[in-house]
Amino acid sequence: MKIPGTSYQMRVETRLDNPGWMGAASAVLGIILALIVGGIVLRAAGATDPIGTYQEIFKEGYGTPADWQAGFHALLTNGDCPRGLLCFGPISDTLVKAAPILLTGLACLLAFRMKLWNIGADGQMFLGGLAATAVAVFIMPKDTDRSLMLILMAIAGSLAGLAYGLIPGFLKARLNINEIITTLMLNYVAYKLLEYFVVVGPWSIGDFESTGPFPKTATWPRLTEFAKSVPIFAGLTAHPGILLGIGVAIILAWIFYKSQWGYQIRVIGDNPRAAKYAGIDLPRNILLVMGLSGAIAGLAGMNEVAALRELNGRFQRGLGFTGVIVAWLARLNPLAAILVSILFGGLMVGTQLIQPQGISAMLQGVILFVVVGTELLFRYRIKLEKAEQIVINKAEAPHDK
Amino acid sequence: MSESPNSFEMRGIVKRFPGVFANDHVDFSCKVGEVHALLGENGAGKSTLMNVLAGLYRPEAGELVIGGKQVTLHSPQDAIANGVGMIHQHFMLVPSHSVAENMVLGLNKPRFFLNLSQVEEQVAALAKQYDLNVNPRAKIWELSVGEQQRVEVLKMLFRGAKILIMDEPTAVLTPQEVEALFRTLREMTSQGHSIVFISHKLDEVVAIADRVTVLRKGKITASGVSAKGSTKAQLARLMVGREILFQIEKKKMEPGKIILETKNLQADNDRALPALRGVSMQLRAGEILGVAGVAGNGQRELAEVLTGLRNSTGGEMIFDQVALGPHTNWREIGQRLAHIPEDRSAVGSVPGLSVAENSILKCFNLTPIAKGWSIDAAAMQKKAVKLVDEYQIATASIQTPVRMLSGGNLQKLILAREISGGPSLMIAVHPTRGLDVGATEAVHKLLIKQRESGAAIMLISEDLDELLSLSDRLAVMYEGKIVGEMPAEGADIQRIGLMMAGTKVEA
Amino acid sequence: MTSEALFSLALTIIFGALVSGTPLLFATLGEILAERSGVMNLGIEGMMLVGAMSGFATWFNTGNIWLGFLVGTLFGGLLSLLHAYITITLRADQVVSGLAVTFLGTGLSSILGAAYVGKKVPTPNTIIVPILNRISLQEVTVVLIGLVVAPLIWYYLNRTRPGLNLRSVGEYPSAADSLGINVYRIRYMYVIFGGLMAGLGGSAMSLVTDPGWVDGKTSGMGWIAVGLVIFASWDPLRGLWVAYFFGLLRRLPLDLQNPALPLISTANNPSIGRVMDMLPYLATIFILILGSREAMRKRLGAPAALGNPYIRGERGL
Repeated sequence: MKIPGTSYQMRVETRLDNPGWMGAASAVLGIILALIVGGIVLRAAGATDPIGTYQEIFKEGYGTPADWQAGFHALLTNGDCPRGLLCFGPISDTLVKAAPILLTGLACLLAFRMKLWNIGADGQMFLGGLAATAVAVFIMPKDTDRSLMLILMAIAGSLAGLAYGLIPGFLKARLNINEIITTLMLNYVAYKLLEYFVVVGPWSIGDFESTGPFPKTATWPRLTEFAKSVPIFAGLTAHPGILLGIGVAIILAWIFYKSQWGYQIRVIGDNPRAAKYAGIDLPRNILLVMGLSGAIAGLAGMNEVAALRELNGRFQRGLGFTGVIVAWLARLNPLAAILVSILFGGLMVGTQLIQPQGISAMLQGVILFVVVGTELLFRYRIKLEKAEQIVINKAEAPHDK
Repeated sequence: MSESPNSFEMRGIVKRFPGVFANDHVDFSCKVGEVHALLGENGAGKSTLMNVLAGLYRPEAGELVIGGKQVTLHSPQDAIANGVGMIHQHFMLVPSHSVAENMVLGLNKPRFFLNLSQVEEQVAALAKQYDLNVNPRAKIWELSVGEQQRVEVLKMLFRGAKILIMDEPTAVLTPQEVEALFRTLREMTSQGHSIVFISHKLDEVVAIADRVTVLRKGKITASGVSAKGSTKAQLARLMVGREILFQIEKKKMEPGKIILETKNLQADNDRALPALRGVSMQLRAGEILGVAGVAGNGQRELAEVLTGLRNSTGGEMIFDQVALGPHTNWREIGQRLAHIPEDRSAVGSVPGLSVAENSILKCFNLTPIAKGWSIDAAAMQKKAVKLVDEYQIATASIQTPVRMLSGGNLQKLILAREISGGPSLMIAVHPTRGLDVGATEAVHKLLIKQRESGAAIMLISEDLDELLSLSDRLAVMYEGKIVGEMPAEGADIQRIGLMMAGTKVEA
Repeated sequence: MTSEALFSLALTIIFGALVSGTPLLFATLGEILAERSGVMNLGIEGMMLVGAMSGFATWFNTGNIWLGFLVGTLFGGLLSLLHAYITITLRADQVVSGLAVTFLGTGLSSILGAAYVGKKVPTPNTIIVPILNRISLQEVTVVLIGLVVAPLIWYYLNRTRPGLNLRSVGEYPSAADSLGINVYRIRYMYVIFGGLMAGLGGSAMSLVTDPGWVDGKTSGMGWIAVGLVIFASWDPLRGLWVAYFFGLLRRLPLDLQNPALPLISTANNPSIGRVMDMLPYLATIFILILGSREAMRKRLGAPAALGNPYIRGERGL
């Protein structure tokens, strides 16, 4: 392809090596480029100081080094943090935000490994949230043991997500219907379903568009509940959701890289015809993967309601889509997804207070663009060459016989 | 003939690809009214050189003279404007379009509104002139391979090509269709066209060409020698650089028990039309059954049905005294039933996974590779190392993704993997297609060795020479049936040709 | 209720279906051409949002509705240019790039459109049609454009040289390339055309069929369009009636709020309204199921090269 206005042409050659550092490099490049583009858009939208805005986002999302230092000091001495919540507040909030996107990210990543485009983690998460709510508020008595209640909610949430993931899985496996469209359509159905139950329907209390607060036994224990023994935990919202996500990530990593099932998933993802050739059952694996993917997204929904302590009409949409980006940025590696989700959690916390809204979605879009655009660099080597005839240097030719 | 002017001349053409010198200062020319054969092995640079002449590739050095004028071709359109048309090995016809639509594709006129009925008349007239019978309204996918080739020739004539390049035009034709093609080519040269005939088949070159140029590893080894004055052995030596054995050594074997038997086997193709219309045959241990036929007569479907990749719609298959069918666990019998698929990279291997991971493709759930639910990485590596050593597979390491292997090494890896299961039946489909002479020989030797160790082998190929030299028996397929069977030794190639074309031949 | 009123209501519903189906039609037609050239663009939702937002903003600031159309259309095209570059030149995965377009479009329209949420522009010119009560000139224009454009595109695709080139590039790009057709240029052209049409569809929503801007205005219409392309089996004329059918499904909840229909009115029962709102999405899944049966029977296929980046000379080496 000729580059206009120059005498150079771009030549693309198949790469014969595969440097490992490029994954990280393209992710970092993506984030930097996204910040630059985001800055330009912010300027266009009227912000006077984009860099200041970013500093603010970073501070809100992760805190400052001084805060961290003070925080650890307080932790070691079992004392108070001189600046109160500020010490670990930002990172605690970030971990809270990271938990659901880690789970939806893992849900996407599992499906993407097999080239199943499950874009429906959002809907599966909503169904998980609904089912967990049903257990917490309408089925189990208020005084159920807390861990039992949470386990039952997790089971209900993942089962609902599983069922909701199996619908597109079944349509794909049996009728070869494009799963992108079906999972997306089911997202919107799930939004309306939640509105039906919580906003106008049977679960709403009066005009509050909410189920009302959950019994305490149906909520994640937060760090602040332990403030009596560890003073610095006072006001911290961090809860075990992120641990749940990390646990799932470790299990997925084992599945992918150690198990026979993971081997089958990787074979199907890379070359479904070879999988069939090897006698691997495709429809069965599509069902399994879509089901498990939905179940993980359903867990994200359970995690969210247990953290929010109620289900209301403002239940956040779009966390499933962030999961798509988390999965891609992690290059479909479950362990890398842990880091990426914490990074994105910070981004979301940091941008929460910033107007205009939507900056988070836009930055995510740009990051995804850069990551997918630089994909090329893994498979090909791009060379700029003079478009004019090239004099061959014989010594350069690799196999000159 | 010799006083005719040159219709084109290529001087000092250089073209490189990553890691390969495809054309190294090549000179080539062709006279008006001449068939000039370009001979060489796969990968010798024939197609590259002709792609340069056809405007698809731009050379890094060298010049091109067409009709006495020096030209630079920037695109295939430039080439066509200069009267150069190329017929590629993979036909450049859009399957879902009609013949007439394919004719006008890429032309300048008419610029916007297409008057297809007028084009259809023109095509019919042109077809009559050169005796190339096709229906201009037919869709390409409805036509046989031979008819599609006629459409390609017509397409180039329709565009006013004076120089026609044909890239291995006979590879997919029956001997009788080859004869018809040669008649057309002679008709064209008598009307002043020049033809470049790319081939690696010596018999054909001697039969049709006026002059021969031989390429080896991107360089000219014989330039414009008279075809009539050369012997096949001479040309072969120029082509491969050493004497090649036209016969393969193989021991006499007494066929053993029946390993595979099919009775009235039927199946559909991808378009849900019947592809196998009742195939009945037997295959015994220690025997190679060669299946000959023109592409698209059910060979692919036969291999797929026998290996579980396609469902049969009727009939029986019995493998080792067990009937195969929808209930069969193909993964279980995959070790005893080896399959060398037609498409190495798209079916037989997983390009993004490593050599080691590809080596366990069919035994990842069996001991010693499987350990509980997991895969024993050490056992996998041990197996991969063993295969790489034993079969001399050239790879940087066993962790290298197989998409980085050459075609020959990938094929060796697939063969190694399939043989490692200790198969009693091997179905090999075009196992040497696209491989160089060295790799082809290695594959042939492996097949013979399997035969000697008592495996039953079905060899599906379009290369009659390969079939005749490797097989014990030959079966010819036509329109989904086996239309004839014979011992390979002393088989009459004319008779096979007639059978491939569907002519009834008395046994 | 008199029979005349019923007739009037029926006509209103039908015209309403045409109006609300038209933005979907534009987006579907654009995507049909892009996919026929071999490039799938899942970013329609994002391009429609950007088109809707920029179109409305232009109208609000200039008072000129047609200028709004122009700007909305152009911005949709601009966003698709990004997709074209990433998937055609950089050969990246079309699915992921399309998703990125949607994310970016959603974010951009949300940021830049924040100032226009809930803003109103004086009601457009209306003309009085006897039975249909009041309908706007703009609505009639937009519907007419759709009715004319779909058959034109069908003719263009099947009976003209550029249409032939377009189909060839989507079916067998190396054959087209060997005959001197510039595969990259054609793919760029139609991906951008698809973007322009999505932008047009988006601006038709925010300017005419449902004037105004809110975050996430298109509520999945872009995704539905992607599904319709499959069901229409890449045929513009089939796309026409499928889009109108979906227009009807989208309109129905609104029309059924009409208190003149006491039996099925949703005015007093909002729960039914939520269920009705699900209809277009469920119907999309349903028609895909129908379509898959038909595709299996008739062997209707996607363009053969859909989703594959074109690399010259990769095979012939």
